[in-house]
Amino acid sequence: MVEDTLNIEELRSKIGIDWEPVVCNIEKGMIQRFAQAIDDPNPLWQDEEYARRSRYGSIIAPPTFIQTVGWDQFEKQFQLQVAPLLSGGRLNGGVELEYYQPVRPGDTITVITKIADVRERQGKRMGKMVFVTFEKTYKNQTQELIAKCRQIAIWYQDRGRA
Amino acid sequence: MTEQLYYEDIVAGSEIPPVVKQATTRQLVMWAGASGDYHEIHYDKDFAQSRGLPGVIIHGQLAGSFLGQLVTDWMGEHGSLRKLTCSYRGMNFPGEVITCKGKVSRKYVEDGEHCVECSLWVENPQGEKTVLGMAIVTLPTRG
Repeated sequence: MVEDTLNIEELRSKIGIDWEPVVCNIEKGMIQRFAQAIDDPNPLWQDEEYARRSRYGSIIAPPTFIQTVGWDQFEKQFQLQVAPLLSGGRLNGGVELEYYQPVRPGDTITVITKIADVRERQGKRMGKMVFVTFEKTYKNQTQELIAKCRQIAIWYQDRGRA
Repeated sequence: MTEQLYYEDIVAGSEIPPVVKQATTRQLVMWAGASGDYHEIHYDKDFAQSRGLPGVIIHGQLAGSFLGQLVTDWMGEHGSLRKLTCSYRGMNFPGEVITCKGKVSRKYVEDGEHCVECSLWVENPQGEKTVLGMAIVTLPTRG
């Protein structure tokens, strides 16, 4: 047995409960490294001169940058709260992002995460799978809503060992 | 930068100019560092294989960010991305040439804003859609 239904119940009991807020200071270098990692040459992300003359007045982050804000702390919280309840391999199922404001260098972003949903499904190729939906809310230093994000993580049974 | 796109310029069915990517393992490591996602299936082949995968795979969020670039390149500086979704249907591997594509599904005016909804996808060299997505953007008008 890889999965234990008791653990799924325990995971379900955590639905809707906010995790400890994670606070991140956004530096210009983080945005540049992100743009370089995608290999996205858009000058709005990296060229300060260009960005200053743009409608934004400064460098902004590529929209998908937001989902990485606080990711390493998310992983730590996740290892404490969720990982002990599940076993097997993990894959990223998908993401839904809603944008309200761009992220700029110098912003202080507060991320609040909660588990929004837990589902079990029988997969054709990968056996029993557990789908966990995380909901994250991002606010800046003036409490403006920056973005909302729903991420689905999928656990599958480890075929190598099952 | 390309010329600004306007709401009047597009109709349902209009295609978004494709963005072609070929991620290297080096790029996956750059992404791991930039994103903070150090899951070993993206850089440790032995680990990935022990998890039943054929080898290291491209981070879903990196493929999703390629779709983000597809949209931001197309909509231009005066367009705004309001919503982006990605659903990972298959795996993408480093070294593969993958193509990000999109098509306008509908355009509409809501609360005075000129909105465009598009379907997006990532195609692998076999022509399979490995990521399916959707975006809503607002565009400026010529008027």
